[in-house]
Amino acid sequence: MSVAHEVDEEHEVHVHQEPTQFIWKYVFSTDHKVIGKQYYMLAVVAVVIGLTLSLMFRWHLATYDPQHMFLSPDTYLQVLTMHGTILVFMVLTTAPLGGFGNYFLPIQIGAVDMAFPRLNMLSFWLTLLSFITLLAAFFVPGGAPVSGWTGYPPLSAINSTTEGMGWGQTLWVGSIAIFCLASLVGAINFIVTTLDLRARGMTLLRMPLPCWAWFVTAVLALLSFAVLFAGGLLLILDRHLGTSFYIPAGVIFGAKELNHKGGSPLLYQHLFWFFGHPEVYIAILPGMGIVSHILATFSRKPIFGYKAMVYAIIAIGGIGFFVWGHHMFQSGMSPYVAVAFSLLTMTIGVPSAIKTFNWLGTLWMGNITCNSAMLFALGFVSLFVSGGISGIFLGQNAVDIYFHDTYFVVAHFHLIMGVAAMFSIAAGTYFWFPKMYGRFMNESLGKVHFWLTFVGVYSVFIPMHLMGLWGHPRRYSGMENAFLSNPFIPAMHNMVTAAAFVAVLAQLIFICNFFYSMFKGPVAPENPWNCTSLEWITTSPPKFDNFGGVEPVVNHDPYEYSVPGASKDYIMQTDPPEAAPAHAVGHD
Amino acid sequence: MPLATTEPRPQLKPALGAGGPGSGAPGRGGDGRGPEDAGGHGRRVPRRAYYTGILVGLAPILMLFAALASSYIVRQGITHEKDWIDLPLPGLIWVNTLLLVSSSVALELARRSLKRQALPGFTAWWKIGTLLGLGFVAGQIGIWWQLREQGVYFSDNPSHSFFYLLTIAHALHVLGGMVALLYVWRGSANMKLVDGRCLRVDLSSVYWHFMDFIWLFLLGLFLIGR
Repeated sequence: MSVAHEVDEEHEVHVHQEPTQFIWKYVFSTDHKVIGKQYYMLAVVAVVIGLTLSLMFRWHLATYDPQHMFLSPDTYLQVLTMHGTILVFMVLTTAPLGGFGNYFLPIQIGAVDMAFPRLNMLSFWLTLLSFITLLAAFFVPGGAPVSGWTGYPPLSAINSTTEGMGWGQTLWVGSIAIFCLASLVGAINFIVTTLDLRARGMTLLRMPLPCWAWFVTAVLALLSFAVLFAGGLLLILDRHLGTSFYIPAGVIFGAKELNHKGGSPLLYQHLFWFFGHPEVYIAILPGMGIVSHILATFSRKPIFGYKAMVYAIIAIGGIGFFVWGHHMFQSGMSPYVAVAFSLLTMTIGVPSAIKTFNWLGTLWMGNITCNSAMLFALGFVSLFVSGGISGIFLGQNAVDIYFHDTYFVVAHFHLIMGVAAMFSIAAGTYFWFPKMYGRFMNESLGKVHFWLTFVGVYSVFIPMHLMGLWGHPRRYSGMENAFLSNPFIPAMHNMVTAAAFVAVLAQLIFICNFFYSMFKGPVAPENPWNCTSLEWITTSPPKFDNFGGVEPVVNHDPYEYSVPGASKDYIMQTDPPEAAPAHAVGHD
Repeated sequence: MPLATTEPRPQLKPALGAGGPGSGAPGRGGDGRGPEDAGGHGRRVPRRAYYTGILVGLAPILMLFAALASSYIVRQGITHEKDWIDLPLPGLIWVNTLLLVSSSVALELARRSLKRQALPGFTAWWKIGTLLGLGFVAGQIGIWWQLREQGVYFSDNPSHSFFYLLTIAHALHVLGGMVALLYVWRGSANMKLVDGRCLRVDLSSVYWHFMDFIWLFLLGLFLIGR
């Protein structure tokens, strides 16, 4: 269907001219679509670096020999720290929200841009500055920090402990602080845009699920990044101004006692995880939204329980603020407090189960098309379930005491936070690429990419659960004792490393496909997937003002697929009200 | 000063979709839009987006101070080391509190003058409010100076570190607000008024009142549990 005809009757919206100079059009652009792509590209660069680092320590573990180590213990920890930091902040936080959110939130709600385009540009450039600052940590004396992506004090609070804890750690904290500011500015924009810039007829409960997910994610970012900023601020003061927020009395380093007293390292953990747990949802909620959208589209069915999905997103986001203590069961907290955190953690299982049930309900009896986008969406559901199940174990304080700091935890959070979010990014890319670049990605390569990745990541992380059950500690660069006590562990490391190489190298297929298709892919029409939401009523790629100078008017719910009695199997949100037979409206 | 600066409510384009297919099911999305201001490209942004924006933007500031205040309370509660020395609150702190609160009152009076289209009243009250605000900042500097004279330094005790950190963080936020107040002051001869309201006046006073709130919150924090 063509938007041009449909919206001709509507009234023109005055829109200013698109910038013509390259620098204003593509570099310092205030256009949300360009900024979305900039975020996405930043994430692509970051993911390449982050995954390369993971191959380095996988290689170290597979070829482990105490006499000839591939990485020294310090380097191992530096690589590990940067892998975690880059992927959590620069990929999982930027691509699903900053990338897809920026590009598609305004279009899906029928706006011409974000509410505050200049702030939006500021948000991206601050993120880039933060990324550069983080990478700079590799190149300062001592190199990158060794304190892990969580940066716990007292290790991270003392300048001179080991390699990388000087300038490297300072740059790390600085980078995170800048990232906090960028995320806050971005979050304000997302929230205001969602609340105030929706097109006529686009009620909150008519928004496609990705918009709900981006909105709730932005609220989480708004409330949590300020707390991380506070945590980082105290850390910097401890490191450089001699304060004792985190450093307790009696810390002896080298031969002398440090001149600090009265700090509490646990304080940092509280501040960090008050951010850190919502951060998990910042990474995964947009994925849930994107996947819901794709599952409905390629099942040709309304999403099962739209309102339940919305309330589940809100519930996950809301409860997510009250469970941070489950990262700290080992900290010596009162068992009563631990039980409270444990119960709240279990509670998140309820909205998560609602979501999973509704995804399966959407697929049930659907007319399913298994293209690359749908495969990755299905893969997401699979990973969400298998990663979530182990979360139920880890959420119990008694069990977590044993599993804490083993590979079991590594396997759990990689499946549910890392890989599941990556799958949603891939699904979103195959799904929206035709809209973003006006061309299709190669389907066959997409399917090869999917199967290699899917089998690869399960082969990496399922064995890690087992290694965790055997008590294999995480973050250890060498563990002669563990090797001696269990002959299976070296074999497991070999297998995991081989699978990791397959899974990571499979991403090269994706990247080649991405850049090749950008220029040479088959040209895509306006609405190749016969999808109902607003991004598909406009040209591929959308014009500068998204809808060619007209403002869309929304008459329908977002997922009106296969409406009984309708002339086609989908009803665009902008179709006239009579497109759906009266008895069928509101069937969802 | 002439009131000719008052602009009539800008004429909106005809309501989009009115009478068209959308009118049957108007959503909240299209309702209640005020006049449009220019966004980054001169694209249309409804006026109320700026009001939403300032309120949303205050949330992270609140969270920042809430996080620091919780840290303060937690640290104060760690009693086994008995190393928390209560800071002697300088008397100047009460003068400063009075200055800040009265600056807010003055800004509010300015805003009301504007609503009555009394531009001279607005300008006078706004300038008074701004000067009182500057007085607060100067007073805070005075407090830090006094403490330093008494030998109370940033890093010598957790309570001192927290006092300096919280007051400096607050003062930096106040200075940000001060930039906005001065900006309004500078442009007070050339304001866009819509229904007796000016966006930058409203936004900067909301922010300023919020700084009062944060300050009173911090003051309470310093007073309780001593």
